[in-house]
Amino acid sequence: MSGKRQFRIWRGDESGGDLQDYMVEVNEGEVVLDVIHRLQATDAPDLACRWNCKAGKCGSCSMEINGKPRLGCMTRMSTFGDDETVTVTPLRTFPVIRDLVTDVSFNYEKARETPAFAPPADVAPGDYRMQQVDVERSQEFRKCIECFLCQTVCHVIRDHEENKQAFSGPRYFIRAAELDMHPLDARTDRKEYAQAEQGLGFCNITKCCTEVCPEHIKITDNGIIPMKERVVDRRYDPLVWLGSKIFRRGETPQTSVTTARQGSATPGSARGGVHSHAGGSHDSRAETQAQSGVNWHREVPHPTAPAVDDRGKLPLTELTFDRAAAPSPFGDDVTFPLPPEHLNFAHPEQDNKH
Amino acid sequence: MTTTTRIERHHYDVVVIGAGGAGLRAAIEARLAGKKTAIISKSLFGKAHTVMAEGGAAAAMGNVNSRDNWQVHFRDTMRGGKFLNNFRMAELHAKESPQRIWELETYGALFDRTKDGKISQRNFGGHEYPRLAHVGDRTGLELIRTLQQKIVSLQQEDQREFGSYDARIRVFSETTITELLLDGDRVAGAFGYYRESGEFILFEAPAVVLATGGVGRSYKVTSNSWEYTGDGHALALRAGATLINMEFLQFHPTGMVWPPSVKGILVTESVRGDGGVLKNSDGKRFMFDYVPDVFRKQYAETEEEADRWYTDPDNNRRPPELLPRDEVARAINSEVKAGRGSPAGGVFLDIASRRSADEIRRRLPSMYHQFKELADVDITAEPMEVGPTCHYVMGGVEVDPDSGAAFGHVRGLFAAGEVSGGMHGSNRLGGNSLSDLLVFGKRAGGHAASYADGLTARPKVAVHEVEAAVETALAPLQRDTGENPYTLQQDLQAVMGDLVGIIRREGELADALVRLAELRERVAKVSAAGGRRYNPGWHLALDLRNMLVVSECTAKAALERQESRGGHTREDYPAMEPKWRQVNLVCALDGDTVQLTRKPLPKMRPELIGLFDRAELAKYLTDEELADFDALVADAGEADNR
Repeated sequence: MSGKRQFRIWRGDESGGDLQDYMVEVNEGEVVLDVIHRLQATDAPDLACRWNCKAGKCGSCSMEINGKPRLGCMTRMSTFGDDETVTVTPLRTFPVIRDLVTDVSFNYEKARETPAFAPPADVAPGDYRMQQVDVERSQEFRKCIECFLCQTVCHVIRDHEENKQAFSGPRYFIRAAELDMHPLDARTDRKEYAQAEQGLGFCNITKCCTEVCPEHIKITDNGIIPMKERVVDRRYDPLVWLGSKIFRRGETPQTSVTTARQGSATPGSARGGVHSHAGGSHDSRAETQAQSGVNWHREVPHPTAPAVDDRGKLPLTELTFDRAAAPSPFGDDVTFPLPPEHLNFAHPEQDNKH
Repeated sequence: MTTTTRIERHHYDVVVIGAGGAGLRAAIEARLAGKKTAIISKSLFGKAHTVMAEGGAAAAMGNVNSRDNWQVHFRDTMRGGKFLNNFRMAELHAKESPQRIWELETYGALFDRTKDGKISQRNFGGHEYPRLAHVGDRTGLELIRTLQQKIVSLQQEDQREFGSYDARIRVFSETTITELLLDGDRVAGAFGYYRESGEFILFEAPAVVLATGGVGRSYKVTSNSWEYTGDGHALALRAGATLINMEFLQFHPTGMVWPPSVKGILVTESVRGDGGVLKNSDGKRFMFDYVPDVFRKQYAETEEEADRWYTDPDNNRRPPELLPRDEVARAINSEVKAGRGSPAGGVFLDIASRRSADEIRRRLPSMYHQFKELADVDITAEPMEVGPTCHYVMGGVEVDPDSGAAFGHVRGLFAAGEVSGGMHGSNRLGGNSLSDLLVFGKRAGGHAASYADGLTARPKVAVHEVEAAVETALAPLQRDTGENPYTLQQDLQAVMGDLVGIIRREGELADALVRLAELRERVAKVSAAGGRRYNPGWHLALDLRNMLVVSECTAKAALERQESRGGHTREDYPAMEPKWRQVNLVCALDGDTVQLTRKPLPKMRPELIGLFDRAELAKYLTDEELADFDALVADAGEADNR
């Protein structure tokens, strides 16, 4: 497949610019960033483009390729048709500096505003004790390589400069979620902060951020939605309100996974395991399958036993439970109708085709 | 009035050049000591090459095996470096790395855990016990992010106290330093440019910490990013400091050479451990032809025996694909030079025909996914094309082990991380780099702060030096007769890759020096098209100067050292020579030329050398040194008897 290929690359700076056509040699096995490097070495030595690791680990070479926010180093030329023109433009949400380089300082400003990890006061370095299942929830978000593709794709700010002041964007919602789920973070107001200061309420869960994430972090499902739900619980739930009058905040017995925190150096492992048919299962293989489309032979996730207290009972009373009315027998995180790919129905005729 | 009055000026107590693990840790320390600190980052904040580290950070915490302690870690490090390490650095590193790792947890790091909730530790080549604190295979990212977020938290403190995030610690992202400025023999500041705007910037500061990483960009096939142009090495040389051990570069024998999208990326050794074999273009499993006599007893002689080893290692000898890294690299080199290489100039690493697709995916999940995603190469269906790839430079700025202060005739200059030399000797153990960054980053930052405290008067930046720096920086833009910087970089990479690569010969090294001298002329006349705003061609033209001088150091030192040890393999001197173990090769700059001198290694303290067996020491030490050791043991024995 070696040969000359048509590239259209945006050249210019903050005062304006346009797409320029290049015919450039493309060899088998190359990615878009390789082609940009070749252009720099030949026709356009001053073509501005950020990059570092060229292995999908640093998140520097973010650009929009044929209109889609992508990493240049992870976009293979073989994914385009042989005579398809490849159009490369800078990230749209941020001001252009030159060519493919944009001013991403917005993100660093929002990072600075997000309150940092608060170490537990009475735990010495070396005495931190955490269970693997507890750190894994935050670890998912710490995979973030800060490519800011989720930020550029988010429609709240993509074409709405005026929202930038009040909205931090998906990257910083998962930062707040990460700290919220950190087993030893001493602050207890991460969700409230996200709602009040980061503009979590602007997000209407279109999941574009999750779609573009090169690290496949489930930004919406595992980060934003749990944050939103809990914020709603705390704000509007009269039972929680009553509970918070009786127990001081933080001492309220919690049952949900995302808020389970004992406030000591040794939090228990995930006690109230969410048992559900959807995102809450710990079966990552089944989840990957679910994402890849309808699989008629999908196995039902293994049922998880609810956590019980010392007496072998569910740790629930009306006063301490974190929402009104009885919990859903299907799990709190399941909404109906279920997405078809999560169903386990085997169609008699399609069976034969596979 | 001169042009220099319009240059943006900043005053700091400590300027840290480099924003990888070592730089950020140094900056944190300097800021905690109350110093006004600047961090200069060539890329955006948080993109440093440290993110590439996968394995983990070595620290003898003893969480998985309680027998581990600093003495064992020290021994492993010295062994790995073939006893050429600066023993004091290895000692400090082994003693202090557990605290540095635990400290990261107080900054918010989340390492993988053991069952009892401690930091989990994994096994790694050369480490006697499971020792590497890790987060899956993205430990470097966790380390960078944690330090980045710690800096943000310090900035938040300053915001509360002084009303400005930048009051006491500020990050200058996408900024490159081209020159250190001196007042006599004291550091007075640093001069550079913003990559975004091309505007110049001048830092006046009495103390500078170099944390710029390595030199891999001088090689054709490398796992390093564009930033790795040896800036810190070159800045130190030009400021009057010295470099040691520059002949030692770590090459990994199996980096991908094809397709281009993954060129240089490492293929983990476990591919070979799990059954992968190396084949040449004739389809021959060639490693059987390259088993050296000293290893012949441990390695299989037939394919049948080798294949039995995977399931029955007790009754069969190891397959020759599992020889030490330098042997494998040498063999690959020979096959390619004999014309039996793959189309892209490597050899074939085949696991697809030897294990089922399911098994490969199960045992090598990250390898499978990495190549599938980045290159659409299905390692379960086709062989990989691999060859030696430049990975890490052991050599660097010669520093005082305790403070990180550079030797030579300059004061106020400190170095930490890959840019400093000595810690890893002739070969670095996997996992020791991340802990190195933390231990010596902290030390360099702290000592830079106390050096700045101890000064009675601030060194002054001389106007004419700034003028000269401006002129040098602008020169490539003002010339239009010279060559394209990209061509020059390719030529430099070709010289280094072909002649000063993994296997070295006297004739080739001498040839390399001639060619580097020619390149020096050409680089001096390089021209860059375009303007000053974010112009990568101009940036490269300025980096070339650094790459060149560092390459000269490597070539000269490699020619001088007539033995093979760790990351330096001479085909004409294949054995390790105890006499050479006593010598560090030191590079300094005299005017424009690199001067090489020999310097004796510091002598290990008795209680440290006493940690080793005599039989082991016998492999490394000269007869005189062994006699000293025996006397020492005898003395200790007498003392015990009394």
